[in-house]
Amino acid sequence: MNVTPDLDARFREVALREGLVDVRYDIIDSPIGGLFVAATDRGLARIHFHPDGQEDELARIFGVRVLRSPLDDIRRELDEYFDGTRTSFDLPLDLRVAPFHADVLRELALVPYGRTETYGALAAKVGRPRAARAVGTVMNRNPIPIILPCHRIIGANGSLTGYAGGLDIKRRLLELEGATLLF
Amino acid sequence: MMGNVATEPIPPFERFYLGYRDEVLGYLRRLLGQRAEDAWQETFLRALRAYDRLEHGRHLRAWVFTIATNVAMDDLRLKPQLPVSGEPVAELHRDAFRELEHLTGDLPPTERAAVVLRYGYDLAYAQIADALGSSEEAARAAASSGVRRLRRTHERHA
Repeated sequence: MNVTPDLDARFREVALREGLVDVRYDIIDSPIGGLFVAATDRGLARIHFHPDGQEDELARIFGVRVLRSPLDDIRRELDEYFDGTRTSFDLPLDLRVAPFHADVLRELALVPYGRTETYGALAAKVGRPRAARAVGTVMNRNPIPIILPCHRIIGANGSLTGYAGGLDIKRRLLELEGATLLF
Repeated sequence: MMGNVATEPIPPFERFYLGYRDEVLGYLRRLLGQRAEDAWQETFLRALRAYDRLEHGRHLRAWVFTIATNVAMDDLRLKPQLPVSGEPVAELHRDAFRELEHLTGDLPPTERAAVVLRYGYDLAYAQIADALGSSEEAARAAASSGVRRLRRTHERHA
């Protein structure tokens, strides 16, 4: 006896409307593959490049009432970004990170579309000019890549250095934005 | 290896839901027929409301069948009516149940729930007792009485 898609969708809708969900997620198709996207009542909370097994991580951080449901606002902005018609995002975020990470991510959000910045320069902007390596760690653990554009942060010599989604994706995002790349 | 059951983690609700939504709907159809869909939604809403208060991830299947049984009994506006029986326990083989299961709709609701949970979903009597809010003995008696009633109905139809 299988639950029909209608019945399933109705249940998910009512569960959300009644405020019974700690965190919802969806998998959004994109030119760089399926993106695992999660949001709480406060806003967008996670984007992962590798969808498998992320529900457990959500349950640990946000609570066990994890439910899949469409995230239309986020999907629309991401679609527009990948179409090249959107250069900044207009989404509330639910960032639950340590204060230093929050400072760095706030500065990161200001790096403009199509531009790059070095780890050291970003460190200087948060008043820690010698903390380039620590900034690298913050980029590596960025909970909301793409929206918080850690792909725009590169090495002092212009090399792409690293990216949680893989260097190939970092390069594709920068190319999409028309950034000038040395490597 | 010692299984540390006390700390068996609670799975994300989505996984629990995908794991049980179909068989719970099947169970409620047997108890309620066409009205099963509303009861099914109510079952999973109740589960979701209680889900963050669970202390561990054990016995979730029996737990959701318990909720479904309560919802069905509410729907039928019935308290589980547990038969008092001094008769010998009647049991069924799985194959025999398949032959008789189309007749379960004629059973009183508590017997129907007990029989379907035992023979349709393979729950232990202790779990059926939880679902019915009864003792294990009473759950066994309800299933047993249901089995006898099924056989009588079957003989009349035969």
